[in-house]
Amino acid sequence: MTSTTTAPGSATTAVALSGVTKVYGRGANAVLALDGVSLDVAPGEFVCLVGASGCGKSTLLNLVAGLDRASGGRIALAGDASPGLMFQEAALFPWLTVEANVEVPLKLRGLPRAERRERVAELLRTVHLAEFGRKRPHELSGGMRQRVALARTLALDTPVLLMDEPFGALDAMTRDILHDELERIWSERKLSVLFVTHNVREAARLADRIILLSSRPGRIIWSTEVDVPRPRRIDSPEVASIAAEVTDRLRTEVGRHGR
Amino acid sequence: MAGDTLTEAPRTDAEISGLDALEIAGRDKEVSRGARLWAATWPKLAALALAIAIWQVVVWSGWKPPWSLPGPVVVGEELIRQASGAQLWEGIAITLRRAAVGYVFSVAVGLLVGLAVARSRVLRAAIGSMITALQTMPSIAWFPLAILLFELSEKAIFFVVVLGAAPSIANGVISGVDYVPPLLLRAGRNLGARGLNLYRYVIAPAALPAIVAGLKQGWAFSWRSLMAGELLVVGISQTSLGAQLTYARELADSPWLLATMIVILIVGLLVDAAFGAADKAIRRRWGVLDQAGQ
Repeated sequence: MTSTTTAPGSATTAVALSGVTKVYGRGANAVLALDGVSLDVAPGEFVCLVGASGCGKSTLLNLVAGLDRASGGRIALAGDASPGLMFQEAALFPWLTVEANVEVPLKLRGLPRAERRERVAELLRTVHLAEFGRKRPHELSGGMRQRVALARTLALDTPVLLMDEPFGALDAMTRDILHDELERIWSERKLSVLFVTHNVREAARLADRIILLSSRPGRIIWSTEVDVPRPRRIDSPEVASIAAEVTDRLRTEVGRHGR
Repeated sequence: MAGDTLTEAPRTDAEISGLDALEIAGRDKEVSRGARLWAATWPKLAALALAIAIWQVVVWSGWKPPWSLPGPVVVGEELIRQASGAQLWEGIAITLRRAAVGYVFSVAVGLLVGLAVARSRVLRAAIGSMITALQTMPSIAWFPLAILLFELSEKAIFFVVVLGAAPSIANGVISGVDYVPPLLLRAGRNLGARGLNLYRYVIAPAALPAIVAGLKQGWAFSWRSLMAGELLVVGISQTSLGAQLTYARELADSPWLLATMIVILIVGLLVDAAFGAADKAIRRRWGVLDQAGQ
């Protein structure tokens, strides 16, 4: 088994995975979660990972984020900044105000107070929450909490954003608006995004490239470029036709597991 | 394609702020402070009045002779008489000083032991269950040993108070650290909090509610241990509250005895109310306070 190393990526890749494998457990109980996943995300590219349950999508993001160790393969990131990670839940600290939540990564990086204030205000403006800085997370709606989480992640000033079904728990209207927001911020800040979802329409709406993972173990089985010009609408026929194609592939994959 | 700035965001800011306004509408329900205070107070007053009424009825029924069970009026008069003399206040001062010293020491021990056990797997295996066992030990059962070790002294009381309170506080810390939501830990680590910073920014604040619960329980245990200690270890003591109870019994002065008991009850309630307020403030900040229950 090769060991995992994290090394600076080349100028043409923001995230480079080669032959990444993850095994949970040992011996007879060992479960192969990811099997030789190789994948490059170009700087400024928006990549959506789509797959059914058990495809190891979240595992993959944890590995890239450095929260878990791969059993084998290589993960390389451009620059030395660790990537930002967002979850399905906002995971805000309930004991802090919105401002203080966004300030946490700035404090941890040792920025002086005046600069932190400026940055927090700027980030909250970016996600349209400038007036809500003094609120506490429980006073906000789910969509607003996710925007706070996005601002907090952006405060890391990292070029790579990892998103684990971040809009999965939101209603359609809110999700729609957040797609626009994310697309705008991604484009303005030239971020590289690795976005996990099981919602194929969402993938077609957002992605430059869609990658389909198989289930148990997770392997890359298919990928496609999405050439629809931006800004896109989730209900446009071009997006719908790409979503339909991905859905067909996904159903074939899920069907393999039936009896 | 990536890199291009989008010409025009398809949604306007108005749409976003409109949705925000709709979604959080009606969440800021303000009840006036007076109304809230009254709503919290009247059930307590009613319960107190009922308890006194039952007491009076029992006295009137002649179940016990009045010199062993006096009525609320007699006890009330004794309480006022005591409150205007120096002895009661001196007793309260002595007892509270002991309580404070014992409790502060218990907090220090409890926090340190709790944190050590929460962090170390070996320590947890070694003494984790012993802490819970200590907690179930009635504190009065420690006194014979304490008296053998320290004789009838302040030290004996102190020993038992700390043994009574510290395990609860340690357990509060352990369960607080254990139940920090893993998602918050992952978020904290991703934001750059490692090692000590993870404790400072995530684990300590997330564990705070459980720690406060442990502190509150620790206080209850130390207060009870202290009272038991003052009853048993008389003689050394100046006129602490516990000693006054013993003297009142020996002199068969039941109004004094009941008045002192009421004072002990009030002190316990006041401290408990302080912990309750702290707990409520934390829960309100966290947004877990039931709106109807406040």
